[in-house]
Amino acid sequence: MVVKLYGPDFASAKRVLVCLIEKEVIFETVPIDIFKGQNKDPDFLNLQPFGVVPVIQDGDYTLFESRAIIRYYAEKYKSQGTDLLGKSIEERGAVEQWLEVEAQNYHPAIYTLVIEILLARKKGTPSDAKAIEESEKKLGKVLDIYEERLSKSKYLAGDFFSLADLSHLPFTKYLADMGKMYLIEERKHVKAWWDVISNRPSWKKVSSSRWPLVE
Amino acid sequence: MATPVKVYGPPMSTAVSRVLACLLEKDVNFQLIPVDMSKGEHKKPDYLKIQPFGQVPSFQDESISLFESRAICRYVSEKYANQGNKRLYSTNPLEKASIEQWVEAEGQSFNPPSSALVFQLAFAPRMKLKQDMGVIKQSEEKLNKVLDVYEQRLGESRFLAGDEFTLADLSHLPNTQYLVSVTDKGEMFTKRKNVGRWWSEISGRDSWKKVVDLQKPQPPKSA
Repeated sequence: MVVKLYGPDFASAKRVLVCLIEKEVIFETVPIDIFKGQNKDPDFLNLQPFGVVPVIQDGDYTLFESRAIIRYYAEKYKSQGTDLLGKSIEERGAVEQWLEVEAQNYHPAIYTLVIEILLARKKGTPSDAKAIEESEKKLGKVLDIYEERLSKSKYLAGDFFSLADLSHLPFTKYLADMGKMYLIEERKHVKAWWDVISNRPSWKKVSSSRWPLVE
Repeated sequence: MATPVKVYGPPMSTAVSRVLACLLEKDVNFQLIPVDMSKGEHKKPDYLKIQPFGQVPSFQDESISLFESRAICRYVSEKYANQGNKRLYSTNPLEKASIEQWVEAEGQSFNPPSSALVFQLAFAPRMKLKQDMGVIKQSEEKLNKVLDVYEQRLGESRFLAGDEFTLADLSHLPNTQYLVSVTDKGEMFTKRKNVGRWWSEISGRDSWKKVVDLQKPQPPKSA
């Protein structure tokens, strides 16, 4: 059965795409145009009651929340492709810790920047300068902690690439679109880490792809 | 007897209480080590060594130090899979994925508006901080939309991930406890039939009642 990934060809859907490619899972993509409000159509709400993207369908099984989807596939296909979870309960614990850091500390700040800068620009709506300033400050503080961590550890959870690093790919890329890549580049170890993870073949394939994408 | 695990942080913190609930469900003995946030202890160098973001909780057992409450809960549930509530974090892949989906929904959709309301309505007054009416209104609107989805889900399913109480439900206990017991927003939960039924059931668990007890001001220990 081919995994179906519903979503737009940007943002959190790419978190799932990279994971599926790393795990060598065959998938097909089903475009959902959020600018046309397709994510609020009754048919879509049957799959994802919150009306957000992405969602996957695997045969009869439906799963939403990109970080839940990547955990599921990383575990289901643990013995194929890249091991994204670590080799022990302790390594898994470290992966979970840094994946939660991304979800709870990194994502909210960068997401606000994307909404207030890129989305506002696209929709032609005014942006909240105060929110931008505060979010950039917050993101800087988080990246200072990453800088310290990555000076001692090649990847976030340890010496192996994991879901924790992968989760940062889709939104960090937007820093370039916002002219804020200096946040990464001014931090030596964060820059080195970003260079390594963003050069993975899976990300290079996904970062510039447009739907439809069939693996 | 196994060495108790260590949890750093005040039990009144929602994130700390999330971990305590999990440890109690899994029958894991723990030592709760106070961190006086009113004195800024969580931002001091000693604490930042174990939690560089200066947040609570932090966790230690004989093999690892960890932070982020939901990560700690997953680790504890996996490491102690064979004791306590074994259905808290199922090892069956599809059941586990469903739990992950709702833990993520909690973290991404439920937590932001509910924790903003908890801070504004329960903590800001205690800390003598000015409440932000705009944030309160926006958060309430957002949370209402989320709870509409939960109302539908909990009409189809006894608990969020299926027929049994799991980490997904547990993750919601801390914020909801504050909203229902010390703010005027409890109705958001109790007026919705299915959400109300679910709240009653999950908050009635022994493990959660013990956590609520721990959150009460403790009598000073005798000398």
